[in-house]
Amino acid sequence: MQVNDNNFEPVIVAFCCNWCSYAGADLSGTNRLNYPTNVKIIRVPCSCRVNPMFILRAFQRGADGVIICGCHPGDCHYTSGNYYARRRITLLYSMLDFLGIERDRTRLEWVSAAEGAKFAATMESFTEQVKALGPNRRLEDLRCRKQ
Amino acid sequence: MDNNLKEQILRSSGVNVLKCMRCGKCSGTCPSYDEMEYHPHQFVYMVEKGDIQKLMESESIYKCLTCFACVERCPRNVEPAKVVEAVRLAAIRQQGNNHLTPVQIPGMLDEDLPQQAIVTAFRKYTK
Amino acid sequence: MQRIGVFVCHCGTNIAATVDVKAVAEALGHEPGVVISQDYQYMCSESGQNLVKDAIKEHNLSGIVICSCSPRMHENTFRKAAAAAGLNPYLVEIANIREQCSWIHRDIATATEKAIILGKAAVAKVHLNTPLTSMESPVVKRALVIGGGIAGIQTALDIAEAGFDVDIVEKEATIGGKMAQIDKTFPTLDCAACILTPKMVEASQNEKIHIYAFSEVEAVKGFVGNFTVKIKRKARYVDEVKCTGCGACIEKCPMKKVPNEFNMGLDNRHAVYIPFAQAVPKIATIDPNYCMMLKNGKCGLCSKVCAAGAIDYKQQDSFIEEKYGAIVVATGFNPIKLDKYDEFSYNTCPDVVTSLELERLMNAAGPNGGTLLRPSDKSHPHTIVFVQCVGSRCSDEKGKPYCSKICCMYTAKHAMLIRDKYPDTEVYVFYIDVRTPGKNFDEFYRRAVEQYNVHYIKGMVGKVTPKSDGKIDVQASDLLSNEQLHIDADMVVLAAAIEPDKTARPLATMLTTQMDTNDFFTEAHPKLRPVESATAGIFLSGACQGPKDIPETVAQGSAAAAKAIGLLCKNSITCNPCVAHSDELMCNGCSSCEKVRPYGAITYSDKEFRMPDRTIAVRRVASVNPAVCQGCGACTVACPSGAMDLSGFSNSQIMAEVDAICK
Repeated sequence: MQVNDNNFEPVIVAFCCNWCSYAGADLSGTNRLNYPTNVKIIRVPCSCRVNPMFILRAFQRGADGVIICGCHPGDCHYTSGNYYARRRITLLYSMLDFLGIERDRTRLEWVSAAEGAKFAATMESFTEQVKALGPNRRLEDLRCRKQ
Repeated sequence: MDNNLKEQILRSSGVNVLKCMRCGKCSGTCPSYDEMEYHPHQFVYMVEKGDIQKLMESESIYKCLTCFACVERCPRNVEPAKVVEAVRLAAIRQQGNNHLTPVQIPGMLDEDLPQQAIVTAFRKYTK
Repeated sequence: MQRIGVFVCHCGTNIAATVDVKAVAEALGHEPGVVISQDYQYMCSESGQNLVKDAIKEHNLSGIVICSCSPRMHENTFRKAAAAAGLNPYLVEIANIREQCSWIHRDIATATEKAIILGKAAVAKVHLNTPLTSMESPVVKRALVIGGGIAGIQTALDIAEAGFDVDIVEKEATIGGKMAQIDKTFPTLDCAACILTPKMVEASQNEKIHIYAFSEVEAVKGFVGNFTVKIKRKARYVDEVKCTGCGACIEKCPMKKVPNEFNMGLDNRHAVYIPFAQAVPKIATIDPNYCMMLKNGKCGLCSKVCAAGAIDYKQQDSFIEEKYGAIVVATGFNPIKLDKYDEFSYNTCPDVVTSLELERLMNAAGPNGGTLLRPSDKSHPHTIVFVQCVGSRCSDEKGKPYCSKICCMYTAKHAMLIRDKYPDTEVYVFYIDVRTPGKNFDEFYRRAVEQYNVHYIKGMVGKVTPKSDGKIDVQASDLLSNEQLHIDADMVVLAAAIEPDKTARPLATMLTTQMDTNDFFTEAHPKLRPVESATAGIFLSGACQGPKDIPETVAQGSAAAAKAIGLLCKNSITCNPCVAHSDELMCNGCSSCEKVRPYGAITYSDKEFRMPDRTIAVRRVASVNPAVCQGCGACTVACPSGAMDLSGFSNSQIMAEVDAICK
């Protein structure tokens, strides 16, 4: 990707849980609610399936932002998965702080299957947030970069 | 102004008035209810509304015995007596530096002072 | 080498209008392993599916990627198509280029670019897909209902109706539960016993229902469709088969001063007892805490008078083990203990009673034969004060944080019944809010006020003080007139909060079901799966799940039965194959996964492994029961060694997707 700070287009990976957030993303599509093309969604069964390793891997491979979306607290299809996700992301934050990666590059957001508008707005604001941070230079492994 | 006063009272009392569910048990249990113009539940409610000036001007703040029955029995741990106490402190502070320090109390004790008042005074000034 | 087919759908113009589908098909055709890449008008149509099936056969495909609408829409369609063409259905991946691409983007160039990336991610994932087969697990065609109150009885009757055997385990000597103690029901005021006892008899006479009264669940093993439950049959010291329930032993028993639990301790029973006249099973039970024969071997009168020879002082607790396909929990509720509410003088004044005690005082089979009398001096009360929300809606340290739901209605019922039977009695109800959501509920409450002239006062009772003249001083606030009241009452009735039965928590541990902080069982989904627990095969009935009135309890009992029947009808259950599995060679048995498992699907066992030097080493390793695992993946992240992985969403698959998107 051409790194040009003036029209920098970040690569954003979104992990969406199958039961709430993925359905919420579908709903924003059904309602034709626009959000940036930068966001690419990966479907996971539950937000607790997101291993912090996946997030680091994404940064290593040149992602500029990673967002994890799960069911609202108390609504998890598997009852408590989103709580595990929340704890893990909190721990990841402190690790990112330690590594000097801006923690604003990751976000955990609760989006229910009925919140298409929230999904679109969240992706919009997260993309803006990541754009403001500029490209992820600290954690990207340049050897992985596609020529 | 009133908002600042509300903030001050919430901070000095340490009470979250929003926990109140308006059951009125504090007033139901209050032994000096009939002496008071504003009753314990009204203290909580009026502080929540920011309607504090009226409370400060009323005699009620001096009628509270600080017996803590309302604190003991409130189902939701709102602690109305602490709100009354905070309003009283706010009124006293506005008047100037005429409050007691704990060391002064023993010297001022009166033989005829009821036991409850002494205990109350200690409660008030050792917080 | 993988042979992957890519099929890009136009979805009419839904996709084709903003995504250049030809370019997508072209670009994905160059991905490694892709041998065919096609686009088509409507991939989900009959002819579109045939296109996929033909391509699978013709190109001997090892995996397919469909670039189309959301997998939530048509994943199953294409899985079936693949299966029809002889390809394992789990070798199908969907790239969502409609809901998550064409519909939300306007610019053709960027939308096409995104569609290609999404397609590449799906191709990268399908490379690593493995064929999965759904496991089948047999179902034992028998259900267990834990708790024999109205919830359990209703559930058992409904399951038996559908033709399945069902056992009820009840810890008390009789089934019937709390409803048997209640006098009348709201809002119809019909007699509780008149509608409950026929159901109890029906349950006892039903051939499909077996009642284990005076028994408790001791241990639960197994999983959905195949539970093994150990039931403890507590010693009654009476032979259940021989006893006819004639009651001769009770008449002769000299130990007459035992508090009667059924009447809330308001009168006494004998050491040998039948809880109440319509008890089911109607079998005597000897209370070992009071029986003189059992305590010091002196008496034995009951054994002498028993014509059936049923008395057996040497009886021991016995245990039985039974297999079940489904378990329904119906452990119900109890009123809370009121020890810590000194201000209401419950422990010091006999005329301060709980609502359940009032039910017994007013019941025709109760201690006073249905005449409402003060427990202290058996005089007729002229002023009765009801106090609402005692222990409900409190902060955690003061009581229960929830609303007990039934108190507003039963208090209106009590007030109305008292005013109806004794019009000279003044009834005061102190309330915080009157909560009457339910059919004919608010009308009922209004009738208490308007027709029966019950005094409803908004405010709370602060203090209840027994006076020397036998009256009770009730000090309360009236919030609307802003004054403090003192009422000279003859009786005070406390609407005590209700809490789950104490046996519920150990039971939840045995069943690996979840509970909230108040010990109510947690349902699998608060809105959409209200009678199932999150653990497969365990269903919830009645007040063990939250405070409920009788109609709601019965409705939930039937709903739980329907869910259990749905399970029992099946000969075997097909399990979701996308479940966790552990690599035994990598697992070090650290138990990290056990701590996050929501369903109890992970167990540990010691296994023998052949080491490189031909020795045998025994190691503790985790294994996942695929019938129980629901595939959330929490354990895969918790596993420090990476032994735990999730089929269908494996670490490598998700990493491959990440790589494809980021490159």
